[in-house]
Amino acid sequence: MSETAPPDSAPSAADPPNTAPPEPTSAEGVPRDAAVGDAAASGRTESESPLRIVPTRRTGQWVSAAVVLFLIVFAAQSLATNKAIQWDVVASYFTSRSIVRGLYMTLWLTGLTFALGFLLGTVLALCRMSSNFVLRTAALGYIWLFRSTPLLVQLLVWFNIGALYPKLGLGIPWGPTFVQTDVKDLIGATTAAIIGLTVHEAALAAEIVRGGILGVDPGQTQAAQALGLGRFRTLRRIVLPQAMRTILPNAGNQIISLLKSTTLVSVIGVGDVLYSAELIYGRNFLIIPLLLVATLWYVVVASVLSAGQYLLERHYGRGAGSGPRRRNPHERRNLDPRPAQVLRLGARAARHRPGGGGR
Amino acid sequence: MLRGIDLEVAAGEVVCLIGPSGSGKSTLLRCVNHLEKVEAGTVRVGGDLIGYRRHGDALHELRPGHVARQRAGIGMVFQNFNLFPHFTVLQNIVEAPVAVRRLSRADAAERARRLVARVGLAGREDAYPRQLSGGQQQRIAIARALAMEPAVMLFDEPTSALDPELVGEVLGVMRDLAESGMTMVVVTHEMGFAREAADRVVFLDEGRVVESGPPAEVLTAPRHERTRAFLDRVL
Repeated sequence: MSETAPPDSAPSAADPPNTAPPEPTSAEGVPRDAAVGDAAASGRTESESPLRIVPTRRTGQWVSAAVVLFLIVFAAQSLATNKAIQWDVVASYFTSRSIVRGLYMTLWLTGLTFALGFLLGTVLALCRMSSNFVLRTAALGYIWLFRSTPLLVQLLVWFNIGALYPKLGLGIPWGPTFVQTDVKDLIGATTAAIIGLTVHEAALAAEIVRGGILGVDPGQTQAAQALGLGRFRTLRRIVLPQAMRTILPNAGNQIISLLKSTTLVSVIGVGDVLYSAELIYGRNFLIIPLLLVATLWYVVVASVLSAGQYLLERHYGRGAGSGPRRRNPHERRNLDPRPAQVLRLGARAARHRPGGGGR
Repeated sequence: MLRGIDLEVAAGEVVCLIGPSGSGKSTLLRCVNHLEKVEAGTVRVGGDLIGYRRHGDALHELRPGHVARQRAGIGMVFQNFNLFPHFTVLQNIVEAPVAVRRLSRADAAERARRLVARVGLAGREDAYPRQLSGGQQQRIAIARALAMEPAVMLFDEPTSALDPELVGEVLGVMRDLAESGMTMVVVTHEMGFAREAADRVVFLDEGRVVESGPPAEVLTAPRHERTRAFLDRVL
């Protein structure tokens, strides 16, 4: 121990290194309050004063932190002073009418296709785990097909689906048709975007939901069955809420990824944020400022989504984690402490540090 | 797994199933509420065929909803408690009476509180399972099963996952339950409990009933060599 210690720990090596262990060993198996007194007492018998703990000096950490800070400041400064960005233009277009209209389109396209995608995905996941061979295979085929085709291609195909099926009619298969319309009129750019994104999202969501359900202890289903709960009730009340704990972090990733994937719809002419920005810079050639406007909006929305994910995770973390005997109440649920709590805990830790380890 | 089990449990009787692991005790228990399907033979609870309907000389599988209704009248306690971790103690107990018995939430909660008190945990209604010790969790699991007012209670090694010092409290609740006249089938390794609380002890080995009788007979003067060998090892 003393041979491997760095030279800067030499001053503390004046205390014989073997006197430290008695503290923890004497504390074991004794009630906490008693243990504190006990440890202090044994410390005193080993040497004159209680042993002080000197942390090792972390030079590498300081150097790496300085390098990274320098890089950040440098990048920020170059961005802030680069004339080509034209921050005043960015500011003036940030809340302009067409950008906000594009943002609105981006938001509801993301929200709608996420909701529909997870709904369809949950159904697919259940089919995939069904005892019915046809359902299982069909779900597998769906997931395989739509997970392995690029989203952009899917959007283009849905947009041009009229070339494949020019007419859509309501009637009896292989029998008479009652109503018929042109697919071209029925599926415009926006509808094609909704279908394409939903169909793609469902394939990804199905695997996320399936993973979540598989992660729930089978004993939970057995207990619900033994109580006489029906299959649907067991799924809705017992299995899915517990599956949410593993589904949520992935779903959070998924919605943020989907938010950014919606930029692809600008290719088929749906007026989202990026498309609005493109329209404007097509006219005035202020390319970088307008791309920045769009980018900043995506960052803002993604940040709001992350916050929402965090709050939902707290909600579904109920009852998870370990028992109440932990000192820190947030450890009980295995949750990250809220930012305010981080500050408070940090402050408390700082207060305790000069004392040199109270316990 | 099981081969030719012929076992009858009278109403109000307490039967302990003992035997080496792999002998089919748990399987037998899980057949009673159809968590395990019987491949041959029949299981009856209170005269009702479990999991099947008889038509002539064929057994027709029942629909899941029908099986669920049959299970509602059979309480089961698991080795690993299987409480619902995202529900509080009260929610755990209230869920099935509300969903299956169509009780109002208020009535179900009222009954649940009485049951929580009965297993000695009054005041812990709003705790989450993880905040309770293993013994407390198992007592809540018993209360949860009792909330359905079952005709039979099945216990699948209820104390095997517990720290030794927590076994007593669970056995205490089970002993009270036995004295109150509940019909119970208990798979257990607790020979002390079997001796005290059981009306009958059944020793299983390799999927067969080897020996069955009052605990005083089976546990102290077993007639079969295999029973004797097993008891020598566990006692």
